[in-house]
Amino acid sequence: MKTPSATKRVLSLICLIAGLGLLIWSLALDFSKSEASYRGATLIIGIIGIVAGLYFFPTLKYHRTIINILFLFPLLFAFAVTVIIPLFLGIGYSFTDWDGIRVKNVIGLANYTSMFTQPSFLWSIFLTFLFVVCNMIMVNLVAFLLALLCTSKIKGLGFFRAAYFLPNLIGGIVLGYIWQFIFSNVVTKLFNTQYSMIADTGTAFLAVIIVYIWQYAGYIMLIYITGLNTIPGDVLEASGIDGANKLQTLFEIKIPMIAPTITICTFLTLTSAFKQFDVNLALTNGKGSVDIFGNYLTNGTEMLALNIYNTAVIKNNYALGQAKAVLFFIILACVSILQVRISNKKEVEL
Amino acid sequence: MHTKEKTSSVVIRFIIAIAIALYVLFPFFLVVINSFKDSAEITANPIGLNGASFSKLVRNLSDVINNSSFTFWQTFGYSALITVLSLALLALFGAMAAWVICRNKTVWSNVIYFTFIASMIIPFQVVMLPLISTFRDAGKFIGIPMLKSVPGIVFAYLGFGGAMTVFILVGFIKGIPFDLEEAASIDGCSPEQVFFKIIFPLLTPVITTVTILNGMWIWNDYLLPSMMLGQNGPVKTLPVAVQAFVGSYVKQWNLILAAALLAILPMIILFLIAQKQIMEGMIEGAVKG
Repeated sequence: MKTPSATKRVLSLICLIAGLGLLIWSLALDFSKSEASYRGATLIIGIIGIVAGLYFFPTLKYHRTIINILFLFPLLFAFAVTVIIPLFLGIGYSFTDWDGIRVKNVIGLANYTSMFTQPSFLWSIFLTFLFVVCNMIMVNLVAFLLALLCTSKIKGLGFFRAAYFLPNLIGGIVLGYIWQFIFSNVVTKLFNTQYSMIADTGTAFLAVIIVYIWQYAGYIMLIYITGLNTIPGDVLEASGIDGANKLQTLFEIKIPMIAPTITICTFLTLTSAFKQFDVNLALTNGKGSVDIFGNYLTNGTEMLALNIYNTAVIKNNYALGQAKAVLFFIILACVSILQVRISNKKEVEL
Repeated sequence: MHTKEKTSSVVIRFIIAIAIALYVLFPFFLVVINSFKDSAEITANPIGLNGASFSKLVRNLSDVINNSSFTFWQTFGYSALITVLSLALLALFGAMAAWVICRNKTVWSNVIYFTFIASMIIPFQVVMLPLISTFRDAGKFIGIPMLKSVPGIVFAYLGFGGAMTVFILVGFIKGIPFDLEEAASIDGCSPEQVFFKIIFPLLTPVITTVTILNGMWIWNDYLLPSMMLGQNGPVKTLPVAVQAFVGSYVKQWNLILAAALLAILPMIILFLIAQKQIMEGMIEGAVKG
């Protein structure tokens, strides 16, 4: 490498000094509660100046280190500000009476104890687990059957794969409303009934599951197809020569051989079903009456993610919503870790 | 395979496949045909074609496009701008960070890498409320509005998409022989030249994958933009606009379905153009993630 030239040295110095100057000046404006509209722009120009100064900094020994820091900085900064800081703030807020703007008192575990006395919240937890279990089984089953269909010898495979995958392209909000229309206008017409599936809690829950399978099975199918295609042809051929029938080939060869794929798909459906929000909001908005635990509830189809949103944003109870979200995070983390453990063990055994 | 299958079983499977395809595509069909009708005709017969006409489609679409809570062209523009900016920055900054993490075997790079991986189980719900208050306060403090603004939401997507992007990119960069970089630096390339001239061009296939994965998520995302931009703010994305529109036009199915048609059309067109890449990208993302 060449030694840094004199112009580079001067340039670096000018950039660094100008950048630092602008940065300090805008921070001073910020701290003095100035409302000057240019303070945002000067801050950004200052940061660019410092970056340029560091980049041209006349050193051979530390140039690599400087580049490393400059390369890591943008993503790490965004990650820290949007994920890490809010995560710790959120865990902290869950022990206070935070109202979305300021904290008045630290109230310890009161949010956590009070949410377990809410029958509607307990119902949401129960419903979410029910939904996750139903979906994990149904989506994987449907997707696997579709994958078998789409790896057999029929015409137009490319079209079928693309068609089954298509719903996955559409966002949950839009397809939630499309299906709301189908359930309340089309299905009632087809079966000549007056009552929409969405009006009754039990069938509304079923409706959410149907929509979810419709949206997600095509995607999971693609992953199963990839898994099935990795099974070497001669293995299947050998089993055919040995006289294995189709069911035997399926259960003795295909399913054991795609165990890692099954792990991936189970994991994907599990976490995404847990976080289900958009379809829940657009299709039923959590409505539905339930008579359970000796209480009359009106959130019959409200799952955890929607319950958190409604508690905080709609009912304006930020601290309680945040505490529920922390619990949601803990459940999700435990389930994920457990799942990975179990599937790792299984893979070793196979 | 040498086993010859009976023609009848192939035909049966083909029929089943078509039946399923009809079921899967039926909702799309309904959206399209009912955009050609008026509200009363939809209620009377949502499946048939009676009453459908082009003039009604034009009227429905223009009602939706000019609607003050939907403002299609503006919303579409913001959706596209936010998605494109986020994807470009995620690809560039993600590749830069992944390269540094991958090529420096220090404690720090390991800590950063595992923090990224661990953060992938964090659900959005647990950070969303403090995120909004942090962005509101920070925006006020530094004088750059972070809520209800394009830079703010692009910054948030950079933070939330970072972990998965880095994870997939690190997996790929590991497979690029280090000799290549060594040879380049012996020839006089500085580290940043090595990255931009040698590594970055090699990343094209994997950047396509992360761009598809992030793009599908960012384009369709509802919760983050609805929290950060607000339901009726100056900046809106398509999912937020659909939600706001349906809220103000309850049961006006001709308009709601026309809005849905406009909202899904860009994605469908993109899928028809880049079907293979999208499907492969989604598979790769899942298998690696």
